[in-house]
Amino acid sequence: MSTIIASTPQRRPAFWSTQLYGYLLILPALSFLLLFTHYPAVATIWESLFSASRNNHPVHFVGLDNYMALLDDDIFIQSLWNNVLYALITIPLAVTLALMMALAVNRRLAANSLVRAAFFIPSLLPMIAIANLWLFFYTPQLGLLNKLLALFSLPAVNWLGEPGTSLYCLMAVSVWREAGFFMIFYLAALQQIDPRLNEAAAIEGASRGYFFRRVQWPLLMPTTLFVLINASMNAFRIVDQVIAMTNGGPNNSSSLLLFYIYRTAFSFWDMPAAAAMTVVLLVILAAIALIKFTLLDKRAHYQ
Amino acid sequence: MNKTNSLGGWCLNLIIWLAALLWLLPILVALWVAIHPASDQASFSLFSPLTFDNFIKAWHAAPFARYFLNTTLLVLMIVVVQLILATMAAYALVRFKMKFSGVIFALILLQLMISPDVLILNNYKTIGAFGLRDTLTGIALPYFASAFAIFLLRQTFKSIPLVLEEAAIVEGASRFYILRKIYIPLARPIYIAFALVSISFHWNDFLWPLVITDSVNVRPLTVGLQLFSAPEQGVQWALIGAATLMTTLPLLVLFLIFQRQFIQSFMRAGIR
Repeated sequence: MSTIIASTPQRRPAFWSTQLYGYLLILPALSFLLLFTHYPAVATIWESLFSASRNNHPVHFVGLDNYMALLDDDIFIQSLWNNVLYALITIPLAVTLALMMALAVNRRLAANSLVRAAFFIPSLLPMIAIANLWLFFYTPQLGLLNKLLALFSLPAVNWLGEPGTSLYCLMAVSVWREAGFFMIFYLAALQQIDPRLNEAAAIEGASRGYFFRRVQWPLLMPTTLFVLINASMNAFRIVDQVIAMTNGGPNNSSSLLLFYIYRTAFSFWDMPAAAAMTVVLLVILAAIALIKFTLLDKRAHYQ
Repeated sequence: MNKTNSLGGWCLNLIIWLAALLWLLPILVALWVAIHPASDQASFSLFSPLTFDNFIKAWHAAPFARYFLNTTLLVLMIVVVQLILATMAAYALVRFKMKFSGVIFALILLQLMISPDVLILNNYKTIGAFGLRDTLTGIALPYFASAFAIFLLRQTFKSIPLVLEEAAIVEGASRFYILRKIYIPLARPIYIAFALVSISFHWNDFLWPLVITDSVNVRPLTVGLQLFSAPEQGVQWALIGAATLMTTLPLLVLFLIFQRQFIQSFMRAGIR
């Protein structure tokens, strides 16, 4: 009798204590997330609607004025344009190279793992170290690129010091860093392709090019999409190598979005402008994320 | 398809090897410059003597020992806290049927889209308000909760049969004991994978530490290396090459030891 009576009233406290236990377990992680991700995102949007606090003028609501001011800020427009150009050029190059690398190391090849490591290692190194490595190529007097030009009696170029070349020099670095990283995803996808397809194609006498076009490439489509989306997100967050290699110069020719936000905030201390720009960046990232969820099967990745 | 014995196959392999070598060229050039006397750095003469002087000089030219210590402490602190918090959160999400777990999980996943490095502006203010500017804790704090770690562990914990836990409960085991004896051991590969990704990410992180630190005592390697190789210093390529290789060496060694896990974990990291 006691068990029957005891079990009914105990069920509710047990339920609530389990709930409480669960929430307590999740509380630390959640509070850090709220404090350093959700709160700053919302606060940035809020602050982008207010004026800067100058000596005697208290902060006041200015609506979209900060955004309007961005439209008149030539350096912002240039940074945004540079960034779009950056994405449009580096992403196709990095992804194509990644695919070629994956196909290369997917062959039966002596020293296969060495080749794979050679391609992958750049994506492990700190961006600052990579910037230093590439300065050996770009520096005007001692740089290898200019030595190469000299071999053909061509005049030396100040690679990072000319507005016409600086951005492209940074792009080369990005492609070098990212191609090997994306190779890994292609390699994984290639290895999941049923080997029987390969055998069947061989029996039919299909050429390697035909097999790639008709079998491998279509099967790699989801990977390509996935890599493209990740590459786009990365392209709009690039900042380290700009700081290390050109500092946005010369004449803002290599200024990118996050770099200009960093400079506006921490060199010019113009917080409302920096907040408005951060919101622009968040909108771009959110748009890419939205594409990610509509194009990629959501449940396959986040269930 | 892989007719490696045919002539065409061999040519292709040769091209691949050359391409791999060419790909490593920036690292090889730095290595060459670093192990030869500074006076020979421009000539690339094959008969230049080998030397480790540059490494020794670079090590003493800046407080690299301090930078190494700072980065190591920082990375350890971040990874350990991330794993503890994520384990608790993932376990709660999987095994406690909480009323709002859906909403909470959505809030967590949001971090995968808004990366913390974009929010330096307000995080700088928050860390300042806590009085933690220019401290290692100040660098680490925004990274303590990793949505990616929670996501990975939740996936893994979900795949562990409930029966195991129920049997343990019948035996009178506590929740903590179950977590420690069943969940964590079974998720070991995931812990290693996440730790590798996180270590390499935070070893390389630059912008946030740059913004939040001012002094030598808390500066991590990346920021230290950047100051060391700033052009104003008078360009000493041999030293810069040596310093650059020094700072990347620990990650390279880690990679060589855990090559397979590294590549697998970066594959998983793709869902970020």
